[in-house]
Amino acid sequence: MRISVQQEPFDLGAEANAFAAGDTANGAIVTFTGVVRDLAQTDLACMEIEHYPGMTERAIAKIAEEAKTRWSLGDVLVIHRHGRLAPGDRIMMVATAAPHRKDAFEAAEYLMDYLKSRAPFWKKEITASGAEWVAAKDEDEDALSRW
Amino acid sequence: MDVLYFAWVRERIGVPKEKVETTAATVSDLVAELSAREDRYAAAFADLSALRVALDQELSDFDAPLAGVGEVAFFPPMTGG
Repeated sequence: MRISVQQEPFDLGAEANAFAAGDTANGAIVTFTGVVRDLAQTDLACMEIEHYPGMTERAIAKIAEEAKTRWSLGDVLVIHRHGRLAPGDRIMMVATAAPHRKDAFEAAEYLMDYLKSRAPFWKKEITASGAEWVAAKDEDEDALSRW
Repeated sequence: MDVLYFAWVRERIGVPKEKVETTAATVSDLVAELSAREDRYAAAFADLSALRVALDQELSDFDAPLAGVGEVAFFPPMTGG
């Protein structure tokens, strides 16, 4: 299991290739990548992601450990960036490796649902007209109830 | 204890972190104490349903006791992913 909370960009191809490489027990690898989009449909100049150093890593580790108890998983990778990002930049990725694809897909969705509202990150959108914190959505909270 | 603020809570209060001397028994008591101190706290804590709290880096709630806690953090609902 690897968790990285970082400011620097990551190389999606290199990360995906290195993840579970040489591991012949896991026949399924799922990767998900989150990209900065223009949510306000205005001229999004950039997005600033703030986090809670220390708690962030602990919270993600707890979510990943919980995923490992719920599904048969060989490995888990979570990379989440913070700091200033531009539209089109990759914010984060998760990867799951499992013997079977159902576990890999479901665990990846679980990780994403929990990262959205239980990992201490806050997004701020900066546009030509000003800066605004992105509000949490009820549907993100509701998404947790299915697990 | 150390009290930390994130996102708009940090902006409204004006500092990311401060030391607070308190005998507050619970998080709610601490919130009431800070709110009575200055308007900027009262403004930040006006609607507790819009806030979350972590005690020693674990999500908690406003009824939780503060005994033995070294770090309290206040922030809005999280928007990761």
